[in-house]
Amino acid sequence: MALANMNLTLKVWRQSNNKAKGNFETHKVVANEHMSFLEMLDVLNEQLIQEQKTPVAFEHDCREGICGACSMVINGQPHGPQRGTTTCQLHMRQFKDGDTIVVEPFRAKAFPVIKDLVVDRSAFDRIIQSGGYISVNTGQAVDGNTLPIEKDLSSQAFDAATCIGCGACVAACPNASAMLFTSAKVSHLNLLPQGAIEAEQRVLSMVNQMDEEGFGMCSNVTACEAECPKEISVDNIARLNRQYIGASLKSDKMA
Amino acid sequence: MKLDAKVPQGDLATKWTTYRGSMPLVAPNNKRRLDVIVVGTGLAGASAAATMGELGYNVKCFTFHDSPRRAHSIAAQGGINAAKNYQNDGDSVYRLFYDTVKGGDYRSREANVHRLAEASVEIIDQAVAQGVPFAREYGGLLANRSFGGVQVSRTFYARGQTGQQLLLGAYQALSRQISNGNVKMYNRHEMLDLVKIDGKARGIIARNLLTGELERHAAHCVVLATGGYGNVFYLSTNAMGSNASAAWRVVKRGACFANPCYTQIHPTCIPQSGEYQSKLTLMSESLRNDGRVWVPKKKEDAVAIREGKKTGLDIPEEDRDYYLERRYPAFGNLVPRDVASRAAKVACDEGNGIVPTGKGVYLDFSSAIQRYGKSQAFSKGMPNADQKTITELGTKVIEEKYGNLFEMYEKITGENPYVMPMKIYPAVHYTMGGLWVDYHLETNVPGLFSLGEANFSDHGANRLGASALMQGLADGYFVIPYTIGTFLSKEIRTPSFDPDGPEFKQAEADVRNRLQNLLDIKGTQSVESFHRRLGKIMWEYCGMARNAEGLKKGRQLIKELREEFYKDLFVPGTQDEFNPELEKAARVADFIELGELFAVDALERNESCGGHFREEYKTEEGEALRRDEEYAYVAAWEWPDVNSEPILHKEELEFKDIELKTRSYK
Ligand SMILES: Cc1cc2nc3c(=O)[nH]c(=O)nc-3n(C[C@H](O)[C@H](O)[C@H](O)COP(=O)(O)OP(=O)(O)OC[C@H]3O[C@@H](n4cnc5c(N)ncnc54)[C@H](O)[C@@H]3O)c2cc1C
Ligand code: SF4
Ligand code: FES
Repeated sequence: MALANMNLTLKVWRQSNNKAKGNFETHKVVANEHMSFLEMLDVLNEQLIQEQKTPVAFEHDCREGICGACSMVINGQPHGPQRGTTTCQLHMRQFKDGDTIVVEPFRAKAFPVIKDLVVDRSAFDRIIQSGGYISVNTGQAVDGNTLPIEKDLSSQAFDAATCIGCGACVAACPNASAMLFTSAKVSHLNLLPQGAIEAEQRVLSMVNQMDEEGFGMCSNVTACEAECPKEISVDNIARLNRQYIGASLKSDKMA
Repeated sequence: MKLDAKVPQGDLATKWTTYRGSMPLVAPNNKRRLDVIVVGTGLAGASAAATMGELGYNVKCFTFHDSPRRAHSIAAQGGINAAKNYQNDGDSVYRLFYDTVKGGDYRSREANVHRLAEASVEIIDQAVAQGVPFAREYGGLLANRSFGGVQVSRTFYARGQTGQQLLLGAYQALSRQISNGNVKMYNRHEMLDLVKIDGKARGIIARNLLTGELERHAAHCVVLATGGYGNVFYLSTNAMGSNASAAWRVVKRGACFANPCYTQIHPTCIPQSGEYQSKLTLMSESLRNDGRVWVPKKKEDAVAIREGKKTGLDIPEEDRDYYLERRYPAFGNLVPRDVASRAAKVACDEGNGIVPTGKGVYLDFSSAIQRYGKSQAFSKGMPNADQKTITELGTKVIEEKYGNLFEMYEKITGENPYVMPMKIYPAVHYTMGGLWVDYHLETNVPGLFSLGEANFSDHGANRLGASALMQGLADGYFVIPYTIGTFLSKEIRTPSFDPDGPEFKQAEADVRNRLQNLLDIKGTQSVESFHRRLGKIMWEYCGMARNAEGLKKGRQLIKELREEFYKDLFVPGTQDEFNPELEKAARVADFIELGELFAVDALERNESCGGHFREEYKTEEGEALRRDEEYAYVAAWEWPDVNSEPILHKEELEFKDIELKTRSYK
């Protein structure tokens, strides 16, 4: 099976550090349709190293769509053109010979650029630290089957829990809001009986932290859902909003 | 040096309970004064750091990732074992223990494995309490499935993303401790050296990967949960960043590395498609519950498929060789991984492979689709449903069980596996070898502990599916929080260590020089190209089948590669900046040395066991031939200086509760 070569022109964002002014650099790359997008970038980097130049920095690890490390905007879309697919799972058969491809970092105030395509997403960790957990110490648990959970409910919580923390939702949003990410974690935990006790405090703290990190407001554009590689539903945002309003009213009364 | 496993006295079944009841404790007010460093935030590291934070120790936790949640554990697919016996199919702690020792081909330490089986039960409870959304039955109770090498159904799972969900549980527990101030988290920090004071592990040198700054961190003890070394083969199912440097650096400081040659080659991965390939993707073992493995019986069919003139669908039932079902009727498609991988290699070596490279076999779901379809049709009151309806119904069941895996397969290969049988081939997946640890999970360097895939302890020469997640979490949640107390209870009067002391300064200078050496080579070849070449040597000479001659040659080639590396490597940039190429260079330098030790170990072990298959040692039927009388030991290697020969220390394995038998899955 001989594979036809694809001749591509890449316009890649280069920025040496957070303070530097970035710019696009143009490179020619020869790829084939079985390569993943990142393998195509590997080819570019090998080329740059042969010329004793600095390779393009990009983040990646698992290369199978689960760690959430890879993060770039390809032709204007976070993670590129294929729906429900991370950059590392995007394969070159989605492109054509002769294409020009524009590659940029995720852009958002709360995700400062570190270098080239690498951005700082530690704000997500701090949102989780503000309440994205169930307070149970090791050793305190009772037998797993003492708490039956309806299959559908568990499955709904699971769907929300599959968020990989990549940040594409933020990059896709014109307001750079982190609502899809935050609501996915709130839904995962608040839907389950184990998470119910802390549900109200959780939603208040996490939303508060999200605001503090400098993410924008959600104005129901739903671009996040369209670009999310795990197809996390905006229903989670609606659920978060309901819970947030309920919890705020209650905490106002108590105050 | 004599290695002492420090296994407590008493009955196997009660050792751990007795130990916990009689070990020295550290009072809460003293815990606050004791500093613990944990390196790694995978299942093992995150669970350990969270639990020790809960207990009140002062924990500092490190990862080279940008977030603890990205550790390689996130990628685990199929499930986690536990001896809950919820299915009432005869499971028990003893049976899980027995299966693990047998699956490991009698090369693991009985006492550790029994403790693991005991802890398995608590892990599930803990994970459920944290909100891990395990699969459930319609009645709301936890669901199970079977994995290779066992005859009970004890695997808990969360679709094909069990590792993700368990890691998020541990990450959330860790996040809670970070927010409470009990754990201080250092993301994007790579440990590059261990600091010893008076022979004990008292700190690390870590590089801040964003700025390049070297930092000195002191503690009363150091815990490494830094994962496995499968990437010594370059192509593996491990994440690209997984590396052995933390473990290798402590070997340089005197720790022993045990059984490096025990590698697991997973039978069901997507075959390699080209030279540019950067990693291999696993298709979970759980697929073997419903998928049947086969190759064409006739060579001409295999050739036609390789040339694209036929597909698997063109081969009639009677011309297919379901070789696992034929060779191993008792376990069929569910034989352990090492057995399944070697059988695939045999089928392909005989010329029956079905991908252009010749290295691939089919994993076929059509029988399962029909079986499930019929049963669904029947239960829906359509006993006479037509073929199309049956196929549709059956496809739905398969989709429900393995949907995300099938989707992943299609994205990578561009083929629809619901219709065309999947193509698979074995790939490097897991490393059973690792830092030698005793019953306390302490290495031979006092105060240095190792957990998870980074240590060698529980899986012998072959790991059973769904047992790594179990081990990582058992080590982190339920073992180290106790055993570390035995060490720390003697340290309550030791004041905190000064990170500006001479030992720290020396270690920092060593690291700086090592990195500068790499930058100063200024040759012409990339790190990646050296890594690829190392991988090829490893696969060729230390892969699925090994022999003495090949191993000697492999070692020689690795040595030559090392020389060339230090003469012709090119690393751009400086050490005082974010420099991913420099990070990789330091890791590959260590992989090259580890690869050499791997070959030495494989050559020294003149037997076949589990993942270590020596062509000279096989039965007439081609199965692995163990030599218990001479080789029932752990090979722990001391190798502080690569310019001398590695020194072998043996820990003899005693089997008091289990009789050593030839493994049979027939
Ligand atoms: C594709 C795949 C699927 C799998 N599926 C299953 C399954 O279904 N069931 C099962 O039981 N097992 C499975 N396994 C095996 C299992 O996932 C791993 O063995 C296990 O997760 C390892 O966990 P760990 O905590 O030991 O290490 P890891 O998860 O590898 O974590 C290592 C950590 O150490 C850090 N680290 C490493 N070196 C340094 C350093 N020098 N400085 C700072 N930090 C460092 C990393 O950043 C990371 O946080 C699978 C493995 C793969 C590859
Ligand atoms: S919600 Fe989707 S896009 Fe946003 S972080 Fe999670 S997986 Fe990524
Ligand atoms: S590299 Fe892990 S999700 Fe893309």
